[in-house]
Amino acid sequence: MAGGQERILRGRIRSVQATKKITRAMELIAASRIVKAQQRVLAAVPYSDQITEVVRDLAAAGGATDSPLLGNRETIKKVCYVSITADRGLCGGYNSGVLRATEAEIKVDIKEGRDYIVVPVGRKADGYLRFRDYNLGTPFNGFSDQPSYANAKEIGEYVVDLYASGAVDKVVLVYTRFITSGTQEVVLRPLVPLEREVVEGGDGKPEGASADYEYEPDPTSILETLIPRYIEARIYAALLNAAASEHAFRQRAMKSATDNAEELIKNLSRIMNRARQDSITTEIMEIVSGAEALSGDSGKHVRLVEIGPIGNSEFAKQ
Amino acid sequence: MAEASTMRVEVVSPERVLFSGEATQVITRTLGGGEVAFLAGHAPFLAALIANHTRVYLAEGTILDVAVHGGFVEVSNGKVSILTDFAELGSEIDKAKAQADIERLQEQLRHENDAAGAAELARAHARLSAAGGVNGTAAAAH
Repeated sequence: MAGGQERILRGRIRSVQATKKITRAMELIAASRIVKAQQRVLAAVPYSDQITEVVRDLAAAGGATDSPLLGNRETIKKVCYVSITADRGLCGGYNSGVLRATEAEIKVDIKEGRDYIVVPVGRKADGYLRFRDYNLGTPFNGFSDQPSYANAKEIGEYVVDLYASGAVDKVVLVYTRFITSGTQEVVLRPLVPLEREVVEGGDGKPEGASADYEYEPDPTSILETLIPRYIEARIYAALLNAAASEHAFRQRAMKSATDNAEELIKNLSRIMNRARQDSITTEIMEIVSGAEALSGDSGKHVRLVEIGPIGNSEFAKQ
Repeated sequence: MAEASTMRVEVVSPERVLFSGEATQVITRTLGGGEVAFLAGHAPFLAALIANHTRVYLAEGTILDVAVHGGFVEVSNGKVSILTDFAELGSEIDKAKAQADIERLQEQLRHENDAAGAAELARAHARLSAAGGVNGTAAAAH
């Protein structure tokens, strides 16, 4: 009976230990990927900085105002949300953070009479939002932990198309910004049309020179190809941030899972040891009492012989 | 080149910085404008690029070959920046594969003429050229 309980406990400890090994491995993998993902975020910075500068200079130099991707539309009837989540779970509150922010925005839109569409990026967003019957656009899946520029390009072409065709009047990115491996935050960033402050600030003149740029072929057609590139660069940066955040979240989630497993193992072994000690004690008690019962007479005799004198002397004193 | 005046050159793609350093001359191909060469002190310039074999003449005398698949070039303040969606260094390109791609695409285009295929062919040519596969280009040019 007691031995049975001990065996069950041992089995549970073994299974928790196996789980702990898995979560520990996932934690270490995530930790090593954070570093790589962070490097990718940094590697994308020079490109996005420079393209931002070129957009600014070009927009200031004229030809910018005609682009349909610049400047707000008068009435916003439909908003497109690009929600970037992971393909897999096991990463704590990472996915639900982004999805909650998206849902909250949609609620506001509905209240104010605007229509919406969600472009889910990552299987988790797709599954969650599809199950809840939201209006979905084309889903983009399968690259959440290592997005490439080609992925960003695909999404970029899709949303620019949505905007240019008039199907939506605004595109917003919802993703998790990576600040440090300890802090990440869910952010909403308007993507299309380009924000005023992105376009402003350029003087149309190259830095440190007084002459204007020479253009080839001309500012307007350069801008036409430049702005989609700029949007893709923004999406790419968001994807990379999201990937780094996903790894950071996963590392934290797996670390606490490992810690919990350790705690569980400690408690279970304590219970198991107690159960084992109990069964040993019971066994000894049984043996002792059994032996005592068996050795009836002779035991009494021996005891009389040994105890006798002590008893006598004590009586004598009294 | 009479004087060894150099300028800062950067070749940047979203995924990495392919090249950053001093060079004496950069040759690339703009959209509709043909090949353009930049020397130190070039006037401020901004252009869209097509798929091409870009050559960067490094300050120490060697030539860096890059297959640039579209993008932009900005020249300002004595600095040449090439921004591109995708680019490969000549030394990283598999010459045999580039050659095979060209043949496959040419065959394909003979049957049906579409813009995507033509663009891909232009890219394949740029890659082969940057890999040094076409006679009279790359190192052989100088």
